[in-house]
Amino acid sequence: MSEQLVFDRPQSVIDRPTHYCPGCHHGVAHRLVGELLDELGVAEDAILVASIGCSVFLYNYLNVDAVEAPHGRAPAVATGVKAARKDKFVFTYQGDGDLASIGMAEVLHAANRGENIAVVFVNNTVYGMTGGQMAPTTLIGQRTTTCPSGRCLEHEGAPIRMTEIIAGLGGATFAARASLNNVKNIRQAKKYLRKAFQCQIEKKGFGFVELLSACPTNWKLNPVDANERIKTEMIPYFPLGVFKDALDEGGAC
Amino acid sequence: MSRIVIQEDRCKGCLLCTTVCPTQIIAQSDRFNQSGYKVAEVPAEDMEKCTGCTSCALICPDLAIKVYRTPKKKKGDE
Repeated sequence: MSEQLVFDRPQSVIDRPTHYCPGCHHGVAHRLVGELLDELGVAEDAILVASIGCSVFLYNYLNVDAVEAPHGRAPAVATGVKAARKDKFVFTYQGDGDLASIGMAEVLHAANRGENIAVVFVNNTVYGMTGGQMAPTTLIGQRTTTCPSGRCLEHEGAPIRMTEIIAGLGGATFAARASLNNVKNIRQAKKYLRKAFQCQIEKKGFGFVELLSACPTNWKLNPVDANERIKTEMIPYFPLGVFKDALDEGGAC
Repeated sequence: MSRIVIQEDRCKGCLLCTTVCPTQIIAQSDRFNQSGYKVAEVPAEDMEKCTGCTSCALICPDLAIKVYRTPKKKKGDE
């Protein structure tokens, strides 16, 4: 029997070295998105709304049409894109500094209106691109450049659990949280992303997936230890699973 | 026999692949690539232990691993 190529780069992901640090999970998230665009057959119709953060150059890595949104405003830009081109597949790809901080208003209202878009939210508990400042999702006790003695509950408040907030809004159709730290969780993440994308294809409303990922550079850990930290520190605070799934009920609206 | 091919100029030496390999055959090599990363490799004598499970390729953030799998012969096949 002849050997078969069972794993290769998806067509939607451009064959080009990425600028990410070693062990950064953006690459895995890009691949999952690329694979799904291919498998769902929407790569030709997709319009990506990229955000600000390490993923700012996403349009260099995904072979789809893209709009670059101002910091945090990707869901607002996506709302406009979708309104103008209802036949296109519109999705945003945002980090936690972008979506949970400066872009909090935009994503909440887009979800509450039940906009027919998909949002991929990569949560690594830190502002990666600007040098590791505290983000709204930074865990209690985590040291960053703007909270050098660790985030304090009294002064800085508790980390925000975005998926739970989105799930609590009437307009959202699908909200789930997955992790990219091991093979099982990566497979699960792909299932959730598929559902969120399916929401839009079936015109059932807003799909949201949070992906817990590592930032070895700003966590000051090596990639293997950073992966371990997701399991020991992040998942206990950010539980994995589906928080809202109204797909079978015909969507939220 | 299954095998993996690591694209060495893309490997950033994060070694996440070594943590998920069920047969533990992926290891850090002594070679540096052009970007200065110490790349992962499978020693030639260990390659036959590869099961083609694709775990390493699934976790590789840089899409540097290709996996080839040869279907097992069924009993009774010539």
